[in-house]
Amino acid sequence: MDIFLQQLINGLTLGSIYALVALGYTMVYGILGLINFAHGEVVMIGALSSLTIIRLLADSGLPGPVVVLIGLVFAVVVCMALGFTIERVAYRPLRNAPRLAPLITAIGVSIVLQQLAMLIWGRSYHSVPELLPADRHEIFGASYTEIQVIIVVVAAVTMAGLMLLVSRTRLGRAMRATAENPAIAGLMGVDANRIISLTFIIGSGLAALAGVLISANYGIAHYNMGFILGLKAFTAAVLGGIGNLAGAMVGGVLLGVIEALGAGYIGDLSGGIFGSAYQDVFAFFVLITVLVFRPSGLMGEKVSERA
Amino acid sequence: MTVLLEARGVGKSFGGVQALKEVSLTIAAGEIYGLIGPNGAGKTTFFNVLTGLYQRDVGEISFDGKPLRLSSPHQVAHAGVARTFQNIRLFANMTALENVMVGRHLRTRAGVLGAVFRNQATRKEEAAIRRRAEELLRYVGIEHRADTIARHLAYGDQRRLEIARALATEPKLLALDEPAAGMNATETAGLKVLIEGLRADGLTVLLIEHDVRLVMGLCDRVAVLDYGEKIAEDVPASVQKNPKVIEAYLGGTA
Repeated sequence: MDIFLQQLINGLTLGSIYALVALGYTMVYGILGLINFAHGEVVMIGALSSLTIIRLLADSGLPGPVVVLIGLVFAVVVCMALGFTIERVAYRPLRNAPRLAPLITAIGVSIVLQQLAMLIWGRSYHSVPELLPADRHEIFGASYTEIQVIIVVVAAVTMAGLMLLVSRTRLGRAMRATAENPAIAGLMGVDANRIISLTFIIGSGLAALAGVLISANYGIAHYNMGFILGLKAFTAAVLGGIGNLAGAMVGGVLLGVIEALGAGYIGDLSGGIFGSAYQDVFAFFVLITVLVFRPSGLMGEKVSERA
Repeated sequence: MTVLLEARGVGKSFGGVQALKEVSLTIAAGEIYGLIGPNGAGKTTFFNVLTGLYQRDVGEISFDGKPLRLSSPHQVAHAGVARTFQNIRLFANMTALENVMVGRHLRTRAGVLGAVFRNQATRKEEAAIRRRAEELLRYVGIEHRADTIARHLAYGDQRRLEIARALATEPKLLALDEPAAGMNATETAGLKVLIEGLRADGLTVLLIEHDVRLVMGLCDRVAVLDYGEKIAEDVPASVQKNPKVIEAYLGGTA
């Protein structure tokens, strides 16, 4: 029982981060029909650039949370600029190219960013100073840390804000209209290029937040951390129904919980043959299952509508 | 009569097919101008060229006294041309009200900062957008469907919604591409009343339509296209008697 609750808590934490990243994939897909495989690297850049600032300010006497906040703001700005640039330089010139071209370009951008990060921050694992309250608390025999609470709350508030933006504002309507039909949205005065830029900027801001949160949670950051995380978040987006914002959130949280529970129970269930190291397997098992049995995802529309 | 739209020698070809051959026409402010012709005559191509969805190969179009350059749909919309589509193109997954609210985008301005900070000007504008959208739904007679997802609307209501969305951009010229297609007699009669109301409210209407009774009963003047060429332009009664028009519709006699 307590292992169930414990893993549920861990899964929720991880899942909220997956959800933030998955939103970036799903927003871009919704508008351009493009899987931005470089998105995971934006998360990594967010984590490492915030770390640079956090280390710089760690001994400045400022309270820990303030330092993290400054690091976060810096990371968000860096990633927003990065997302904007990626779209302008790598994807916009290929807007009318066959779909395979931007997809391969996305993989190229991903490699470029990884190598760039390796040059800037080196190949080593960086430990992240513990500046957020990390006290443990008990609940029904399971423990949770304050960082975990912060992660879940911050992610939830951010996602609620995004949903309001998309569903209730002029900008959000323009985004949805562009996603459905850019030409017709253009007739209504919506500048598709501007909306696409904004989509990348918003998605990258969310990625920066996710990067800061995940490095705070694990206490570690690394130039290669975006790769697996990106694939997991992509899986979450597919699970929820790619192109669907609510789906990305549900898919992210669900994937986090599935992974955590899977990792928690696989040892017992397999008689000790498989350990929790097989955690990653669950995500991709989910991906394959979804693609085989319900390619449109849990909350997705007919896939044929996008194309 | 004030000229609202003047097209001079507009041509457009796709590969070897000359879809429009030097089409010239003028539309006066406040008139209902019909554009008819057999299938494939180039009517919709003319609409697409006019609204900037296609670039014309040759020719000039001036609107409201200013030349329309080879411009984007966005700029044409700004100049005051709005249209509907033969095959309805609504934002299918948005509600009727939201569809019209998107139409208000052209004439409103709240941006990213407004969306994030929800300052008073933004909230005021948002309220005004909603109010105007509700008025327009009422105007076309589907206000009771405001919260229905567009693709769930009845066919006739979708046509009306498309007109409301076009009106939301505050056009001077409303171009309707076969608005009565697929409508039954009652719906068509309702549409006629709606279009007459638009004119009464000061709008100029350019109408592509196959329903001959609707065109003849509604239009002040009618142009006939055949194989991309304008073969007639006159009041409906004369156009109907024009031998060239009859030949185009009934097939050439060798």
